[in-house]
Amino acid sequence: MNSVQLTAKAKLASLPLMRKNCPELARLAWTGWMRRMKLAGSAIGLSAMLSGCVTVAAPDKPIVIELNINIKQEVVYRLADDAKQLIEQNAEIF
Amino acid sequence: MKAFVAKFGIVATVVAGGAALGMLIPPATAQQRDPAYEQARAGGLVGEKPDGYLGFVVPPTPSIKALVDDLNIKRKALYTQRATEKAATVEQYAFTSGCNLIMQTRAGEKYQSPDGAWQTRGGGDPIRDSRCP
Repeated sequence: MNSVQLTAKAKLASLPLMRKNCPELARLAWTGWMRRMKLAGSAIGLSAMLSGCVTVAAPDKPIVIELNINIKQEVVYRLADDAKQLIEQNAEIF
Repeated sequence: MKAFVAKFGIVATVVAGGAALGMLIPPATAQQRDPAYEQARAGGLVGEKPDGYLGFVVPPTPSIKALVDDLNIKRKALYTQRATEKAATVEQYAFTSGCNLIMQTRAGEKYQSPDGAWQTRGGGDPIRDSRCP
């Protein structure tokens, strides 16, 4: 990744609209792409398109954080009865 | 001969009955906690943690440390086995057990609240993670 691409990503990431929902981001990515197409040649246009790909990935960010909390309530509920049984059957170590 | 068979039959029945009883009794005795462990729990030296393992409330003596480490290893072995069967991670299974174990603590026993502080179980519900059932 070169400095031009990195700068393009940083600009997109700093936009407040980035933090909103997907259609918003898609529109943003599109206008950003259009602007870059007008301003620069096809080479820079390509890099903007690449940063567009990154903005599509951005809404996944909260989901990634959620995955880091690898113990979800639904899993705990699913295992609760089995865990209770295990404790009863092996009372000497619990 | 007939008398012998009858006698033998009775003996065999008694032996078999005794064996059956013998098979029933050991698991019942094996279910008991080690008295030293029971004492450490009641004395508030060790407590239940939300992660499903025992922790030290105060710096342990070598014998208590050995005892608790042994129990935690055995717990982890069971968690691992059951987690595999239930297609869950060991941490998930251990955490779920921790929810149950903290709930099962008796009044006066120690448990760790989600913020990591040691609590003494009172009459009411213990402070547990919001994900606990």
